[in-house]
Amino acid sequence: MIEVHDIEKSFGKLRVLNKVSFSAQKGQCVALIGPNGCGKTTLLKSVLGMVVPDAGSIRVNGTEISGEWAYRSGIGYMPQIGHYPEQMKIGQVIDMICDIRQSTERADEDLIGAFRLKELYHKRMGTLSGGTLQKVSASIAFLKNPGILILDEPTAGLDPVSAEILCDKILAEQGRGKLVIITSHVLSELDDLVSHVAYMQDGDLLFYKTLDALKESTGTRKLSKAVAAIMTNKVSC
Amino acid sequence: MLKVVKYILTDILRNKVVIGYALLLLLVSLSVFSLEDNSQKGMLSLLNITLFIVPLVCIVFSTIYLYNSAEFIELLVSQPVRRSSIWLGIWFGLAIALSLAFVAGAGLPLLLLRHDASAVLLFFIGIILSLVFVSVAMVSAVISRDKARGIGMSVLLWLYFALVFDGIVLFFLFQFADYPLEKAMMVLSSFNPIDLARILVLLQMDVSALMGYTGAIFKDFFGTALGIGVSFVVLVAWVVLPLWYSVKRFEHKDL
Repeated sequence: MIEVHDIEKSFGKLRVLNKVSFSAQKGQCVALIGPNGCGKTTLLKSVLGMVVPDAGSIRVNGTEISGEWAYRSGIGYMPQIGHYPEQMKIGQVIDMICDIRQSTERADEDLIGAFRLKELYHKRMGTLSGGTLQKVSASIAFLKNPGILILDEPTAGLDPVSAEILCDKILAEQGRGKLVIITSHVLSELDDLVSHVAYMQDGDLLFYKTLDALKESTGTRKLSKAVAAIMTNKVSC
Repeated sequence: MLKVVKYILTDILRNKVVIGYALLLLLVSLSVFSLEDNSQKGMLSLLNITLFIVPLVCIVFSTIYLYNSAEFIELLVSQPVRRSSIWLGIWFGLAIALSLAFVAGAGLPLLLLRHDASAVLLFFIGIILSLVFVSVAMVSAVISRDKARGIGMSVLLWLYFALVFDGIVLFFLFQFADYPLEKAMMVLSSFNPIDLARILVLLQMDVSALMGYTGAIFKDFFGTALGIGVSFVVLVAWVVLPLWYSVKRFEHKDL
């Protein structure tokens, strides 16, 4: 569903992505991990067309995305820090997204219900706390039943109950054959979610393999231990 | 794109600055026409005030608005919407709102209180100038990421078009006073939409007789249908070219 081929991106002199290639298929749940500033968000934003790569090609559902826009109706995106027009109310933002993504799909309001957002519909975006903002971002990402979900640190700032709700939702959607890509620093919660792990460092994709293969090669039983083993011992993969 | 226009327009029309701008123009236009017993004089005052206020408000308001909609733009860019639709949608929203404010504040009083060609001309010139400076604002907002720098650039651009350009032209005129400069002047004036607008309206009024020999040459060209046509084409180019450039830049901008 997503094929990234040799993409490169520099911001000024800073090289953020260095010939990164990977592909992900339906039903996978890919964890994109790595230290801060290693290019995870830039990679995700390139797939969404928010960042324009300097070189390389990206295909989503078989379409080369450069200059394209319609393919984004198949992607739900939850940004790391959601920026919304401060004057708009939660209800207005959600209605607007529904209006813009004019798909025939019935709106998926599971998360809106689970997070009890309807009670907050009249609140302005500028007055929301970080956690509530994350709930709105998550609800918007899942709203139109997209086939691909790109979640950038979905649980950061969420309380444990809400994080649990979100994780359950991610599992359910993955079970329906969707492709989910998650970046997170909370490795413990990824254990039950992900099927594949991609590890990035300084703009390079160091490895990309299934979770089981990773645990086997590092001789550990937990993702966090496996990643720690790699980061400290530089186990060759 | 229509949806983007709809959201932007409903947002701007509720904006107090735009309403205040329309009221200010209304106050100015009503007072200049009621102060002077000669409506020709009122027309001249209104022309000068329009050529000053309209570009300033349009360029500064549009730039600030663009920076304030950064979140809105970021939200839309990750949705299935064409980037050019987002940018053009914002342009249309700003252009429609600011033109409406001009029409309500200055355009309608103008048409109601004076019934001649120069009033109609000023009506359209005001609208076109609004569009020109919205387009110029889009350029400065797309070039600079930093809000303060972008707004500063817009203010400087306005200063340049409203004051500095005339200074340069005067300097040029005095330095080359021994040469016939009428043709060169006509070309020069097309580099400044405000000057072009001023010449067009002045030549429709009797005061152009006061402009001397150069005025006669100008009248020969700008007074004819061909001259008016060419000047309108140049003004439209001032709307389209900056807008086109900003769309191209925006399509490759990282958000």
